[in-house]
Amino acid sequence: MSTAASPIPRAPASSRARPRDRRRSLDRFGDATLRAVCLAAALLAVAVLLGVGYQIAHGAGPAISRLGLGFVFDAEWQPNLGTFGARSFLLGTLVSSSFALLIGAPIAIAIGLFLSLLAPKGVRGVISPLVEMLAAIPSVILGFWGLVVLAPFVERSIEPWLHDKLGFIPLFGPPQTTGLSVFTASLILTIMIVPIIASISRDLFLSVPRDVQDGASALGATRWEVIRGVVLPSTASGVVAAALLGLGRALGEAIAVAQVIGAGSKMHLSLFETGDTLAARIANEFPGAITQMHKASLYYLGLILLAIGLAANLTAQWIGRRFDYRQAVSR
Amino acid sequence: MSELPFDPAAPLRPTGNLRRRRLISHLAEYGATVAAVAAVAVLAIVVYTVVSRGAAAISLDFLFKGEPEGIGPMLLGTAEIVAIGTLIAAPIGILIAVYLTEFAAGGRVDRLVRLTLDLVNGLPSIIIGLFVFGLLVDHHKQSGFAAAVALAIIMLPIVARGAQEVLVLVPGNLREAADALGVSRWRSVLTVILPSATGGIVTATILAVARAAGETAPLILVDSVFSGSEVSLNPFEAVPNIPVKIFRLSEEANPEALTQAWGAGLVLLSFIMFAGFGARALLARSKRRMAG
Repeated sequence: MSTAASPIPRAPASSRARPRDRRRSLDRFGDATLRAVCLAAALLAVAVLLGVGYQIAHGAGPAISRLGLGFVFDAEWQPNLGTFGARSFLLGTLVSSSFALLIGAPIAIAIGLFLSLLAPKGVRGVISPLVEMLAAIPSVILGFWGLVVLAPFVERSIEPWLHDKLGFIPLFGPPQTTGLSVFTASLILTIMIVPIIASISRDLFLSVPRDVQDGASALGATRWEVIRGVVLPSTASGVVAAALLGLGRALGEAIAVAQVIGAGSKMHLSLFETGDTLAARIANEFPGAITQMHKASLYYLGLILLAIGLAANLTAQWIGRRFDYRQAVSR
Repeated sequence: MSELPFDPAAPLRPTGNLRRRRLISHLAEYGATVAAVAAVAVLAIVVYTVVSRGAAAISLDFLFKGEPEGIGPMLLGTAEIVAIGTLIAAPIGILIAVYLTEFAAGGRVDRLVRLTLDLVNGLPSIIIGLFVFGLLVDHHKQSGFAAAVALAIIMLPIVARGAQEVLVLVPGNLREAADALGVSRWRSVLTVILPSATGGIVTATILAVARAAGETAPLILVDSVFSGSEVSLNPFEAVPNIPVKIFRLSEEANPEALTQAWGAGLVLLSFIMFAGFGARALLARSKRRMAG
């Protein structure tokens, strides 16, 4: 402090001013450059997203101009005859994904509750990474496992049982011989989306203030009543957003579904018959597509998929933002 | 909620309504526990299947030779594609994270960029494949470079979000100290802020690599026509890679091919697990250091 009182000697004008000036202009230049480069990187990401939309729409162009919107509702898909329609794939996508969500969401939310509120800390530390590891299994390996291990098992035990008990519902028709079915695909999709929804909802539940829960407990609420009355209502929108993110993932999964769904394009109600989804059909047929129209139609399928996927994601963001932006979408 | 009349003589053992409520609560707890156990069990079953069936295929020949007896070229090819993808995605992702935390925090551009990252993260990978096909492969030919670009798009949001999350954690007093010393913004970003977040950034990159290494859908479209009998690393030709190889083998009917597919799956899965757990350990350590 004492030195501050003494007058600061002026810098000898010529000898020190120049490097400092140079440094200052370098700094100005550096600041501007860094900012510009960072901005460019951020804009590049935006450009990629726009580019994806443009490229898919562009690729679908010929099919759109020839088949129009009728493509979406047309059930016929016979590339060698030149007839293309998306309905059965659209239906297959929606059915398999929503069925996966129907099974997966409750399980995932339960896991989220277990990891955030019920498990002792040590157990949580072990199971949390394991659940996340489930999401890291590559889809091609999971699909292969589904094809070789899960499909025969489902065909031998689960499907006959469900057909026996619930066969009066047309959804649970007679099992086919291979086990490749919409149902098997839904189970694989369930395995893929459970860890996603579980880890987001775990973070949501962890963010519920402890005092509020303790308050409910002090009023005599049981653990379930605390969850039911305090934790779930206060995080509901975030949980819905998480489920939608999971749905988006399920809608777009191509490889694993292509491996286990059996690539059938018949329209039917039974979950136990083969079917196909938009993404799986693209993965199966695109590499072998020769005619311009076939490719364009596959791009058209992609465009429909992109539209549904973006809708699911945007809705998730919109709902999630109402809760807490950073928590709800951090993964 | 509770309609029990006050009765000091009531036994401590719950009866009636309270008993029912306790029972429901316990059932819910068991249900949640069972769900968590089921998830871990599925992981264990999948991993066990891959390990037990894949172990039979693993040998030195399998790892280093080309088709038909091994997957050597595919291993090298996947490493190359992922490496190029990382070289593209990591710098851009980090720059985006710096932009979000240092230059645009809270603004309109900030929200736009975040939304974009989330949407790109949610893009189905087959769509990214179609995009890159239209951009780089259509009218040209399949290439490892195209595959790397597709993987880079998949990795970008993971790196950017991960890096951003750690950059936010960099203590404010580091920034303030740098400012107080008259350090300009770009110098403090490059020499103070980024270095102190290195651990987290590396973690995010590893997680992205682990995700990209197993990605199959885009590669089927942009990098699937390769022979695999010998090493070919020219990124402007199709580069052999593991995921497509597994996908192809899984569609064959002979048991030999299936064993090979399990073997290749085992190699891929062990890399991904190793990377995943390693990244998590690293993250935990760097977070502890940053907090301490």
